[in-house]
Amino acid sequence: MERKDKLVNWIDSRLPVFTFFRDHLRDYQTPKNLNYFWNFGSILGVLLVVMIVTGLVLAMQYTPHVDMAFESVERIMRDVNYGWLLRYIHSNGASFFFIAIYIHTFRGLYYGSYKSPREVLWILGVLILVLLMVTSFVGYTLPWGQMSFWGATVITNLFSAIPFFGDEIVTLIWGGYAVDNPTLNRFYVLHFLLPFVILAVVFIHLVALHKAKSNNPLGIDSNKSKDNIPFHPYYTIKDYFGFGVFFLIFFVFVFFLPNFFGEPDNYIPANPLVTPSHIVPEWYFLPFYAILRSVPDKLIGVLLMFGAVFILFVLPWLDKHPVKSATFRPVYKQFFWLFLLDCFILGWVGSNPPTGHYIYIGRAATIFYFAFFIVILPLLTKFEKVQLDSKENRKVD
Amino acid sequence: MLKKNKKRKKTNQEQIKPELESSRRQFLYRSTGSFVVIGAAFSAWPFVNSLAPAKDVLADAKTEVDLSKIKRGESVTVQWRGRPVFVRHRTEKEILEAEQVKDSTLVNPQKDSERVINSEWLIVVGVCTHLGCIPLGQKKADFKGDYGGWFCPCHGSHYDTSGRVRKGPAPDNLKVPPYEFLERNKIVIG
Repeated sequence: MERKDKLVNWIDSRLPVFTFFRDHLRDYQTPKNLNYFWNFGSILGVLLVVMIVTGLVLAMQYTPHVDMAFESVERIMRDVNYGWLLRYIHSNGASFFFIAIYIHTFRGLYYGSYKSPREVLWILGVLILVLLMVTSFVGYTLPWGQMSFWGATVITNLFSAIPFFGDEIVTLIWGGYAVDNPTLNRFYVLHFLLPFVILAVVFIHLVALHKAKSNNPLGIDSNKSKDNIPFHPYYTIKDYFGFGVFFLIFFVFVFFLPNFFGEPDNYIPANPLVTPSHIVPEWYFLPFYAILRSVPDKLIGVLLMFGAVFILFVLPWLDKHPVKSATFRPVYKQFFWLFLLDCFILGWVGSNPPTGHYIYIGRAATIFYFAFFIVILPLLTKFEKVQLDSKENRKVD
Repeated sequence: MLKKNKKRKKTNQEQIKPELESSRRQFLYRSTGSFVVIGAAFSAWPFVNSLAPAKDVLADAKTEVDLSKIKRGESVTVQWRGRPVFVRHRTEKEILEAEQVKDSTLVNPQKDSERVINSEWLIVVGVCTHLGCIPLGQKKADFKGDYGGWFCPCHGSHYDTSGRVRKGPAPDNLKVPPYEFLERNKIVIG
């Protein structure tokens, strides 16, 4: 035995890092039929690292104080070496994080990746989505522009809809009687902390993934299948190719359209006495914002808005149809595309003022959103027949 | 496995009168457990409470306003606890409108007299009760909504000349802050 192997064995028998990497990054058995929608998990992992690294160096230049926050961000843009690049990567990275996580989630929805035995894997994924939403919301407050301030005001005010203690809870969140310095300071701390919480949950997500193994376009149980291939080199190389394509598009935005996803109003310093005439959240919250505004009652509106995300937690128990992949479920497949369209409609309604026909379109889209989960999926579970004569026809487990 | 356990239980019973023993032990376990839980709950309090408004924030909580420079029909905005307070010197017409509204037409019925000390002066917190935007209606050129008071541009709530919500998603009337008249033309809010 060579000396190098001896050292490896010595360490591995005490701390099994080498066995771990071999089992989970090299030999890990993966279905051979994964399509490109399976690239987004690893893309999200890389994005998380990119966000943490750019965030760390930005944090070294940023000042979380109401009098200095806006100017310190402008200083990053003008005076700090490559500050503009780091900030544009970080701010566009947030948008691309949501693009990737939404594709990843809809992938799971289409191919039934939330079904047994992957319920916990799915729940952990939804938890990551929720944590990401909180992280990006508090992060958007930090530049302390007009949209930062009023976005934070509107969203924190949602909690005032809670019966009895609403106002007290909002005061506790603010640390004062309005969004102010204490709020900015604690949001900064949370924005620093939560990515590491996400990192921990991502790790548990992967533990659950490697227990149940990857789902695949046919929904075959890959723990039993003989059609598996090792993760390396087959999927490492495919993931690298995916990174290339995804980050090529990402950097088109970073370099040529850095403010495409932003709001011009956020380049005006926060003013607690002037509300911008049209407050819109970041694009990735628009569908949920549309749901909030299409309900005339404040409390019910808030509950439905949060419910729209939280309903994903119980999805494995709403759709108990034994077949996973939409490929073999002709009716579910139609409703899946309608649901995706519905989310885009909600997003479009959310970006427009709450007047005229937008209100009615928003209400109809909200009803369909919840009907998909509460009515359509349970009914399909009971009545939908499996279709096996598709092009990709094979044995369905 | 099961068999083994049964056997062991039997020998235990013979040896140390387990009924008495286990109930004493259970009591000790449970009372210790309860103290740990109660103690943990109490020690969480300083951490939660530290998030509440600090003493300096509370100390900033009073604002004086000189009313003598505000003409009839005019409004000014002052800052109190970091948020805007609308001070409106109402005209006779506005006062009359505010007083003659029937309760049944109000979202949250409140008499105008409950909302003012001196009916010439309406003092309300200028924060929409829906989601905290600042309603328009302080400047002469502003759209004041369908009821001549204020209009919130965020989600379209209308307030009347007593600051009561009349239309839109806001669930409540504009809040009246605690204030008192120091002199005829001077108030202190807070």
